[in-house]
Amino acid sequence: MSDTNAKLIYMANQIATFFQSQPAREAAQGVATHINKYWEPRMRRKLFKHIEHGGEGLNPLVLEAAAKIRRPEAAEAVINRG
Amino acid sequence: MSLIHEIDYGTPASKSEKLVTLTIDGREITVPEGTSIMRAAMEAGIEVPKLCASDMMEAFGSCRLCLVEIEGRAGMPASCTTPVAAGISVSTQTQRLKDVRRGVMELYISDHPLDCLTCAANGDCELQDMAGAVGLRDVRYGYDGANHVKARNNGEINRQWAPKDESNPYFTFDPAKCIVCSRCVRACEEVQGTFALTISGRGFDSKVSAGMNEDFVSSECVSCGACVQACPTATLTEKSVIEIGQPEHSVVTTCAYCGVGCSFKAEMRGEELVRMVPWKDGQANRGHSCVKGRFAYGYSSHKDRILNPMVREKVTDPWREVTWEEAYAHVANEFRRIQYQYGRDSVGGITSSRCTNEETYLVQKLVRAGFGNNNVDTCARVCHSPTGYGLNQTFGTSAGTQDFDSVEHTDVAVIIGANPTDGHPVFASRLKKRLRQGAKLIVIDPRRIDLVRSAHVEASYHLPIKPGTNVAILTSLAHVIVTEGLANEAFIRERCDWSEYEDWAAFVAEPYHSPEATEAYTGVPAELVRGAARLYATGGNGAIYYGLGVTEHSQGSTTVMAIANLAMVTGNIGRPGVGVNPLRGQNNVQGSCDMGSFPHELPGYRHISDDATREIFEKLWGVTLNNEPGLRIPNMLDAAVEGTFKGLYIQGEDILQSDPDTKHVAAGLAAMECVVVQDLFLNETANYAHVFLPGSTFLEKDGTFTNAERRINRVRKVMRPKNGYADWEVTQKLAQAMGLDWNYSHPSEIMDEIAATTPTFALVSYDYLDKMGSVQWPCNEKAPLGSPIMHVDGFVRGKGKFIRTEFVATDEKTGPRFPLLLTTGRILSQYNVGAQTRRTDNVVWHAEDRLEIHPHDAEQRGIRDGDWVRLASRSGETTLRALITDRVAPGVVYTTFHHPTTQANVITTDFSDWATNCPEYKVTAVQVSPSNGPSDWQRDYDEQARQSRRIAGKLEAAE
Repeated sequence: MSDTNAKLIYMANQIATFFQSQPAREAAQGVATHINKYWEPRMRRKLFKHIEHGGEGLNPLVLEAAAKIRRPEAAEAVINRG
Repeated sequence: MSLIHEIDYGTPASKSEKLVTLTIDGREITVPEGTSIMRAAMEAGIEVPKLCASDMMEAFGSCRLCLVEIEGRAGMPASCTTPVAAGISVSTQTQRLKDVRRGVMELYISDHPLDCLTCAANGDCELQDMAGAVGLRDVRYGYDGANHVKARNNGEINRQWAPKDESNPYFTFDPAKCIVCSRCVRACEEVQGTFALTISGRGFDSKVSAGMNEDFVSSECVSCGACVQACPTATLTEKSVIEIGQPEHSVVTTCAYCGVGCSFKAEMRGEELVRMVPWKDGQANRGHSCVKGRFAYGYSSHKDRILNPMVREKVTDPWREVTWEEAYAHVANEFRRIQYQYGRDSVGGITSSRCTNEETYLVQKLVRAGFGNNNVDTCARVCHSPTGYGLNQTFGTSAGTQDFDSVEHTDVAVIIGANPTDGHPVFASRLKKRLRQGAKLIVIDPRRIDLVRSAHVEASYHLPIKPGTNVAILTSLAHVIVTEGLANEAFIRERCDWSEYEDWAAFVAEPYHSPEATEAYTGVPAELVRGAARLYATGGNGAIYYGLGVTEHSQGSTTVMAIANLAMVTGNIGRPGVGVNPLRGQNNVQGSCDMGSFPHELPGYRHISDDATREIFEKLWGVTLNNEPGLRIPNMLDAAVEGTFKGLYIQGEDILQSDPDTKHVAAGLAAMECVVVQDLFLNETANYAHVFLPGSTFLEKDGTFTNAERRINRVRKVMRPKNGYADWEVTQKLAQAMGLDWNYSHPSEIMDEIAATTPTFALVSYDYLDKMGSVQWPCNEKAPLGSPIMHVDGFVRGKGKFIRTEFVATDEKTGPRFPLLLTTGRILSQYNVGAQTRRTDNVVWHAEDRLEIHPHDAEQRGIRDGDWVRLASRSGETTLRALITDRVAPGVVYTTFHHPTTQANVITTDFSDWATNCPEYKVTAVQVSPSNGPSDWQRDYDEQARQSRRIAGKLEAAE
């Protein structure tokens, strides 16, 4: 696990910790909305990659929210446009 | 252009709504009840002679010059202390009054030096004016009697005489010229609230004394300048006036230090700034100032300012001076190359909270329209980003709810994680004034700040929490309010979502939120928490003021929500005297956030994913905007270390010094291929820069700043930029070099674009600001005069939202290796990273950062006051000198971060707020031990900084 990956997992878990304390019906959507609104595609891309590799260390609420997190387009497409 | 002369009405305005009509010199005049005769006369244009009166202070009645006669009343009452009454007839000029006034002046002048021609106040002396006004032609007593003027009388030492006190770097005190009108003493008490000055002795022995007959700089004097402004003679005079002479024109502008945003008259002689004088019509400061805004502007002409653009290939090379064109071309080429090589998203920009709204707007526009991404962020990231997030979630706007005038109606003030007397001094003075009138104070802070107990101010409650437990204490306060039945249910039912409230109320009522339960980790006795909660909920108008001690935590955003919850549950929102008031750190941190500096939102806090908003800008700018949020500063640095972020344009921010975990910031910057720094000085970040673009000061450009109360204030150019260009011009040229078709010829055109695209700014224009003085946003069709108070008839988001605030302890924990908690703050005389104030005489008060440590912790470690100590955390270590004090609790240490050599941020960790990534500056586990001097890191850093500041062809400047 790379350093920045560890940081990303930590950040995602912090967000999950907050929403865990909110009413249960809003929790997963809360995490997803927050990540959609504030995480740059690179960060979301890495998060998805980590989840695809088993999502080790992630709060279960992040995994639950994953389905609602917007999946960014592939990195290559962005570079080509630059 | 001419000098702005403000009318002094002699006594403060009466706030009474009842009107009284009287006659003065045969003219019928109607004024509010309680107005003095002096003020009533002045409002009618009749100037009664006066020396001890000023409308900044209550009437005093000592100079005996403002006497008037009232028909049917005996004697000659002083017009300053005599209120108007219906139907009276007042004469301000009769033979008897003329004789008495002339006699009084004769006495004053018999004990005053007659060096008017060479006196610094020549041209601005009220004593001289009054001598003229009363027609003084002769002093029958001569000048040889007892006096305070001469060092020797007939060869004998004159014990009434005292030499000039020149200890203060900015003004002199010459007792020989003092007429003992007490204006300085009263200004210190009533306006500033420091009580540093007094009158010692009685009768002819009366003298103004700083502290206990100390010199000014050794006394409690905070050098706010109120006494200098109040002095009618040359007794207290700015050294700059002594050196330069009287100003010939003045321009009203806005201070570039803290978020109070004081209005000043920049008094000029040609293009030379003679002095800054607080403007009475300034709606934030009402004629008051602090040592920074009033005096600490010398940095603008400091020799360290870089005036020519510079470029270098590698950061280990010396700088090479180039033309502006070369610099622009270099940046444009490099950024295009990087984007071609590493992708569109590999570059970004940082806007400055010290620059104007217009400049900030242009930088974010350059990033979004020119770079084609949203990688733009601002220094608010590291200070008030949780305020934006938290208040937006709960209330619906990312800003404070009140104006500063509101404090005049506050009954209970709660200060959380802020130190206003140091960080926001002019607001502190206004707050102290209200406290002296009887308002109550609650302070929640790990450290015993000055407001807890100082002259004529004492907090009813000080909750000395353990750093990092804000959410626990605030939720406990809510627990008490809810469980003791103190909630304002009528307000909640009307203004808030009731079911959300019920959910929240059940949450805070849980026994584990009780003060008795949280005491174990907050360290605050439960009884204090209960008492404070009852006072806030039942003491009348309750207003919460908070600072970075709230936001700079891993639960910063949660704490802001907890504050909003408290205001809602007690109904303290939507009228004067109440509210939630973030005290903003930098002059334009509110404005930089308003202007779309955050990577996820466009100007006016509209999310980048919102199609309708993007369309407004796309149409105007002729580009397609990226709908994805960009990188925040810490994310940029992470991406840089990882290799996907390579180019950064930084306007007016020193991230290497101000951002946490210096080593990580340095690694991020070092990994980039083109770092462009635009600043006044070669700041710490510039050590890692490839291009340096010289910046301009607030004196050198037009624009606007938006202060903590959402007030849009004009910044007006008083001199040409020493570097040749205002910062907005530099950004524009850079944009042009990158192929963007920008043609702003004046910042007012940029504001017009902001107004056209941002609904909360719809009516704002330079013409409108000139007409109104200033306005608070929202300023649009619905609120043409601006909005001093928000959420008056309902919350901006509709219903106020209560949000559960569960306490989560930070992962930065003390243990055997790091047993103490470090928290950080500011000191009055220095500002932020000190780049400006360190280059002024303010260093007289604070020449180095010190580590405050409790006597118990110091003794255990064998540390004496003034010893060098090693301060180590899991991130790094540094050294500084200890200051032993019981202001901090055992287990807590505290320091400021104004000096780069201290490198306090080598110590801080990269933990951050869960919602916004605002760094957790306020809690770091540390160990403190005796040391011999600077650490290896400090030595290496110093050497690297010295090397990286070399400029080819120039001798290294000796600091």
